[in-house]
Amino acid sequence: MPGRSNETARRIAMLRDMARIRAFEQEAVAAMRSGEAPGVVHPSIGQEGVAVGVCSNLKRADRITSTHRGHGHAIAKGADARAMMLELHGRAGGSCGGKGGSMHIADFAVGMLGANGVVGAGIPIACGAAQAIRLTKEDAIVACFFGDGAVNRGPFLEGMNWAALYRLPVLFVCEDNGFAAFTRNSAVTAGGGPAVRAEACGVPATAVNGEDALAVDAAASELVARIRGGAGPQFLHAKCYRWEGHTGTDVAAYRPAEEAAAARERDCIRRLAAVLEAEGVPGAEIASIEAQAVAEMQGHRGAAMVAPWPDPGAAFSDVQDAGAPA
Amino acid sequence: MTRMTFAEAARRALAEEMRRDPLVWALGEDLVQGGIFGQYKGLVEEFGTERIVSTPISESTIMGAGLGAALCGTRPIVEMRIADFTLCAMDELVSQIAKVRYMFGGQGRASLVVRMPQGMWRNSAAQHSQCLEAWLTHIPGLVVVAPGTPADAAGLLKSAIRSDDPVVLMEPKNLWTAEGEVADDAAPIPFGVARHAASGDAATVVTWSACVPVVEQGARECGIACDVFDLRSLWPWDEAAVVTSVRRTGRLLVVHEAVTVSGFGAEVVARVVEAVGTGGLRAVERLGAARAPVPFSPPLENAMRITPARVAEAIRRVAGA
Repeated sequence: MPGRSNETARRIAMLRDMARIRAFEQEAVAAMRSGEAPGVVHPSIGQEGVAVGVCSNLKRADRITSTHRGHGHAIAKGADARAMMLELHGRAGGSCGGKGGSMHIADFAVGMLGANGVVGAGIPIACGAAQAIRLTKEDAIVACFFGDGAVNRGPFLEGMNWAALYRLPVLFVCEDNGFAAFTRNSAVTAGGGPAVRAEACGVPATAVNGEDALAVDAAASELVARIRGGAGPQFLHAKCYRWEGHTGTDVAAYRPAEEAAAARERDCIRRLAAVLEAEGVPGAEIASIEAQAVAEMQGHRGAAMVAPWPDPGAAFSDVQDAGAPA
Repeated sequence: MTRMTFAEAARRALAEEMRRDPLVWALGEDLVQGGIFGQYKGLVEEFGTERIVSTPISESTIMGAGLGAALCGTRPIVEMRIADFTLCAMDELVSQIAKVRYMFGGQGRASLVVRMPQGMWRNSAAQHSQCLEAWLTHIPGLVVVAPGTPADAAGLLKSAIRSDDPVVLMEPKNLWTAEGEVADDAAPIPFGVARHAASGDAATVVTWSACVPVVEQGARECGIACDVFDLRSLWPWDEAAVVTSVRRTGRLLVVHEAVTVSGFGAEVVARVVEAVGTGGLRAVERLGAARAPVPFSPPLENAMRITPARVAEAIRRVAGA
């Protein structure tokens, strides 16, 4: 559009990705609840600004590690959303051929090294990925997403020390949605919290409002630049709120309804949309972007429902070469 | 051929592989100092601290970083110091390394080697003496290798490094100083091919790892000619060689240092029975450890130990039944 700044165009792209993540997860939760998709999903609805704010500062060659709540990270890194929806439905053509499901989405073609069903497990993997990148003199960094619950696991402590010790090119992103599964994380976490723990190991920490995508973007931009410049690992503590329960079936009765309602009022997508409107982007254009995102994901869901199932023989492939199942 | 120790054979093989492939590197505790058994001695001088990496005592991250590094195209050697410490990194080994290729539908390979020296050595007591190979043969995705001679230490390490599968290499701590003939620039030894250590018709005797020289000596001392197999790798393992032998001898003895209950010997016996039928065996026995932790004091530890004399007695029982 004539007269539109690069910065505005970039923000519109961020809004589009955030809307796509939300639409993807709304379709995924609906598919799970209706029974058309097997298993469970862990939605990150309300947290889209963290995934997009960080990944907007990454290149294709950069790697990410993700969590059980990882759809947003994958889409923000450029993963194929249709293949992801097929994967959630357990269909042939899914990101992992139907062998992983929601908790194991990976898309190596875009540097997405995998969601993970074990809390904090991506931290050591991210450290090793960064060491390999250094050994092979690749021009890339690693962004490692994990939740606030992960800071109480041993690999968090090990990984912070390790990354600082070897000055690895890793951006640690603690997506602090306030809950470790069904429990308020503050009720089970002593001391000064994630950032204090990271800094105690020598990883500089920056706090940001994770419900403000532009704030996340600005902070990530600065930290990524430092990492690319050789400053070693950096830690971004992004406070946000998990709108849904732990899984799509968890009604989250353990927290006041008003608290979740207030979080929905602070919607990161509406917040970014308001900034764009103030910059002169027409409301109709924003509505169109969001409608397109919904249409895209509804299309993927419709395609997934009628996609063929994987060949049962595939259950026995890709185990190992030596000593493969007979 | 040169006569050398198990540790020296392994050290040379690693150095040769690191010269051959610049993507091979090693991480673990005290590697710059040569590793606790000297199996990395001198390597940092040749390959530098980028490829011989001494790490904190952070088993989860040693293992998990190995995976991340493999997913980004390098071929790490993950050194666990001793097998018992792998228990601090079981999620990374069992739920991450063994499964990534499968879970991600073939995207990404964990092409790495996890070295975990195992077993009794110098009265190390209950937390430093375990043989846990059966835990890992149970896990889909892993190759499990257990060399018992210096030549195999070299050849199997080379195969492990070149393998695209994740390979667990369990070196017997008690054999690091054992000597044997090793070929110069030893060739890789394929997985799943047993070494036929002795020939005879009286019984089929199957073993691996630290029990290899013990069984060879016991078989010699009892004077009964047995077919002795050193399996060398436990997954995959050379079922065909063992079954063929048992079809001839009708008698099977499996010897391992690990606890007998749910040990890998149970798998060997079960597969042989499935193959030859319940009528195909005249005698079968497993010789392993009691279901007790390994004690400290020499007479107590010796009470747990598989010795040539105990092997000889077992052969007499099985061959004479």
